[in-house]
Order: sequence, then C-alpha cells, then structure tokens
Amino acid sequence: MLFLSVKKIYKIMGGDVNTFIQQIPLEYFIILSTVLFCLGVLGVLIRKNAIVILGCVELMLNSVNLLLAAFSAYKGDGNGQLLVFFIMVVAAAEVAVGLAIIAMMYRNTRSVDVSIFNKLRG
Amino acid sequence: MDQVLFFLVAFLAISSAVYFVFARNPLYAILSLIVTMFSIAGMYILLNAQFLGIVQIIVYTGAIMVLFLYILMMLNLNKEDESKKANLPKFIGIISVCILFVGMLGAYRGLSGKTTVADNIDHSVGLTKNLGRLLFNEYVLPFELASILILAGIVGAVLIGKKDL
Repeated sequence: MLFLSVKKIYKIMGGDVNTFIQQIPLEYFIILSTVLFCLGVLGVLIRKNAIVILGCVELMLNSVNLLLAAFSAYKGDGNGQLLVFFIMVVAAAEVAVGLAIIAMMYRNTRSVDVSIFNKLRG
Repeated sequence: MDQVLFFLVAFLAISSAVYFVFARNPLYAILSLIVTMFSIAGMYILLNAQFLGIVQIIVYTGAIMVLFLYILMMLNLNKEDESKKANLPKFIGIISVCILFVGMLGAYRGLSGKTTVADNIDHSVGLTKNLGRLLFNEYVLPFELASILILAGIVGAVLIGKKDL
C-alpha cells in the first residue's frame, strides 16, 4: 500500500518512478556516497566520544550501501540489493555487540572518552 | 523534477551528516544521524529499491538508532563533553580527510558524468516480490546463516554486557 501511494504521489508531482534513474546520472550517487563516507572518516578521526565514533562507522557503512544499491539499480540486477540486505543484517549484530562493549567500558571507567583507553599503547 | 528531488534529499542527508559529525551534544548528534538514515531510505525509494528503503527505515532508524539513544539514556551521557582537547589532532584529521576526498575525486576523473541506464533493463528489480524470489531461491543458505549470526550477536551482547559471569 505504501509503495502504491509513493508511486501515486510521484505521478501527481509529474514524474514516474521509473524515470528517475534515467534522469539522474550514476556519478551523482558516487559523489554523494563519497561525501558521506568522508564525513564518516572525519568523525572517526576527530571525535572522542565512543558512541559517536560507532555512529560514524554506521554512516560509512550506509554510504557504501547506498552506492551498492545505486549500481544494482542502474545495472538492473537484484544481487547487489540482496548484498545490501545482508550487510544490514551484519550491521545490526555489530551494533548490538559494539554498544554492549561501550556499556562495559562505561561501567569500568565511568566515561566513554576513547582518549583515556590508551593502556594498549606500547 | 527528478533532479530537484535528488538534490533536496542529498542536501538533507549531507547537512544532517555534517551536523552529526560536528555537534557537541551526543544526543543531538544521534538525532541528526536519524535524519540522515531517513534521507538514505528516501534515496533507496527514489532508486526504485522499495524493499531496501523500508528495511532501512525498520532496521536502521527503528532498531539501531533507538539502541543508540537507549544506551545514551542509560549511561546518562547527555552533556556537553570533549571541550578541552588539543586542536592539533583535529587539524590533522581534517587535512587527511581532505586528501582522501580529493584522492577519491581524482579516481573518478575518467567518468563521463552522464552515465545513465539503458532502456531495456528491468526497472522492477528492487521490488519486494522479485527480491524475495531471488532471496529464497539462490540465497537460502546465506539467509539461514544470517539467523545464526544474529543468534551469536545476541549471545555475545549478553555475555559482554552482563556484570559478573
């Protein structure tokens, strides 16, 4: 039902869902994914809060997912979109374990600042 | 029309991602990451990959981001932090990300900038019906293995999160 209404809204606005990927060059998606990925890398490099760093990793993962889905849609091949689906499954498990690790970190040190976790430094 | 829609959603995604990276308060940062996830779901729907769009909304904004907010609430971290720190690592980070960005843009130099689809491809490949047919024919084994992975993730999260085990 939701898909139908999206299509209907799109029709009212003067377009068709299928014309979208014929009007937008693939390179736009590549640039968008690059920008989002670089923002994720920037966040990992400059932030100190462990939760925000985990969110930045999610942002990078999402940008790559978007690029994979765009290539899949432009090729007309469903395998890429299924790969994105499996990546989402793995990401869900990864976030559950990562947030458990952060909660344990907080319980031991009363902080989620990663700059105090330098005990492994040689 | 399509271009306007694309640039609107892309602007929303990028601006909320910028706010996410630079916001001082972690709560507002995570909330703006939710906006980014929603706009990426919008991108999927614009790409006619409706199954992925709905899964993105359910899994990312519905489960993962709520988990983030829940941890933030439980640990009571909703305060301005990391105010006192050296500027040099930040500066080095920004410079290296700029180098990464320019390097990636340089890698795209050979692209024409006008690559679109051929007329004869299948546009309905991202619909739930077609993806489900593919998933339960060719990808049954990975699908079942994914359930084992989720189970292992649950066990691992409980094991790590429990106080004395």
